[in-house]
Amino acid sequence: MTTVPKLAWKGVHKRFDGKRVLDGLDLAVDAGRSLVIIGGSGQGKSVTLKVALGLMTPDAGEIALDGQDVVGLRGPARSKLFSRFGMLFQGGALFDSLSVWENVAFRLLNADGVKRKAARERAVEALERVRLGAQVADLFPGELSGGMQKRVGLARAVVATPEIIFFDEPTTGLDPITAAAINGLIVEQVRRLGCTAVSITHDLASARTIGDEIAMLNKGQIIWRGTPAELDHTDDARVRQFVDGRPDGPLTNRH
Amino acid sequence: MTASTVAPPAVLSPLRLLGRSTLGVLKRVGSVAVFAARGVAAAASPPWFSAQLLRQLAAVGYFSLPVVGLTAVFTGAALALNIYTGGGRFNAEQVMPQIVALGITRELAPVLAALMLAGRVSAAIAAELGAMRATEQIDAMQTLSTDPFRYLVAPRLVAGVVMLPLLTVVADLIGVAGGWLVATRVLHFNPTVYIRNTMSFLQAWDVGSGLIKAAVFGFIVTLMGCFHGYNAKGGARGVGRATTHAVVSASVLVFAADYLLTSLFAHT
Repeated sequence: MTTVPKLAWKGVHKRFDGKRVLDGLDLAVDAGRSLVIIGGSGQGKSVTLKVALGLMTPDAGEIALDGQDVVGLRGPARSKLFSRFGMLFQGGALFDSLSVWENVAFRLLNADGVKRKAARERAVEALERVRLGAQVADLFPGELSGGMQKRVGLARAVVATPEIIFFDEPTTGLDPITAAAINGLIVEQVRRLGCTAVSITHDLASARTIGDEIAMLNKGQIIWRGTPAELDHTDDARVRQFVDGRPDGPLTNRH
Repeated sequence: MTASTVAPPAVLSPLRLLGRSTLGVLKRVGSVAVFAARGVAAAASPPWFSAQLLRQLAAVGYFSLPVVGLTAVFTGAALALNIYTGGGRFNAEQVMPQIVALGITRELAPVLAALMLAGRVSAAIAAELGAMRATEQIDAMQTLSTDPFRYLVAPRLVAGVVMLPLLTVVADLIGVAGGWLVATRVLHFNPTVYIRNTMSFLQAWDVGSGLIKAAVFGFIVTLMGCFHGYNAKGGARGVGRATTHAVVSASVLVFAADYLLTSLFAHT
């Protein structure tokens, strides 16, 4: 018996100004699993997330959620779909003009119709889960450090108990200690919710910590997939070059 | 050799350039029209974000009062002096109050208030939305099941359409007062007669046509700010470019709309 993946990219193509970014991408993640996509800059990692989220429309192919193609959903149907997702953006993408708790409770207040008092309580609970005390609730994003902003972004991603959470470079720009703390929080929250997670990162330490599986994207296609343990023992020369951080090799050779 | 590899004759280059430019302009006009239609549709149907609307009404209207008021008082004063000295050439100094009132209400108050808003509000909207685009805040809003057109664009468009006519009423009063001040303090007009002449001459349509213009200008100014900010690309440089384009396009479109509306009203 085959199980339907929670989320699948099926033959997805995407071009920008004639440049091929996704070239028939085929990838799937099962429910409750954490998949990390690694790859060099400009290989299509961010676009892979954005087409899955619905922030970009693929030129061809399907994005299947629980087996149903969701490409082309608009208006209330798309909005309803977004309510099943959580997203931690690379820079946090917190709203400057809103306080920390209003950022965390944004979906509750503006899409779910939760009253302000109840929304604030849920936001403070979510902040405590990411080790931020209630005292930060009334601060503004500009008053927080980069690591704290990432925590607030994580709290915002999990507050409405999503089915799938996307993490875009969750540790970029953080020192190793803060990055380890963010990785630990991601694992903790994903396990607590029992949700599916899809992350993109350059940070191999982060990939090994938060991923059940790792897939490598190159030139818009998945060229390798395995467990974190397999990543260290694969013979694939392209993966080896990336993991070892060597400037010369099959990934960078033009011919 | 295939047809596609044959280079076109050099003589066709200007034509190709013209064609490409025309297509570019048409594409831009189409993009603005679609954006405006989405904004109007979002403003016309629920859900509405009342807190956002109140914030924008204050930002567009209340906080623009000083700059619009100062512009109006100096314009009214300068207009009075110009008409008095110019009218003196054919002994028409005494109709100065009527001409000041007509010029302010029909033309100068709505146009100058709109230009002040293009500089103050359109630029601020483009910079804010452009920065939100650059930092993925607009993408984040979508993933939080909130339509950015409803949350960001619609309140700003409504605020422009509502507040610019109100600012124009204020500019009408202050502009006429500026003319009155110069007329009575510098040119020794009788204060009561000046007011009486102004009031007896002005018709409701003089003020009304100016307010209709102001509502259209308010839409244009906020639309240009939203359009250029929402579609900003390329980080800080893109935000700067969006801000410049918003102010320039809003200003030019205000003048173009002013002529079209004035032509239209001239036949009513």
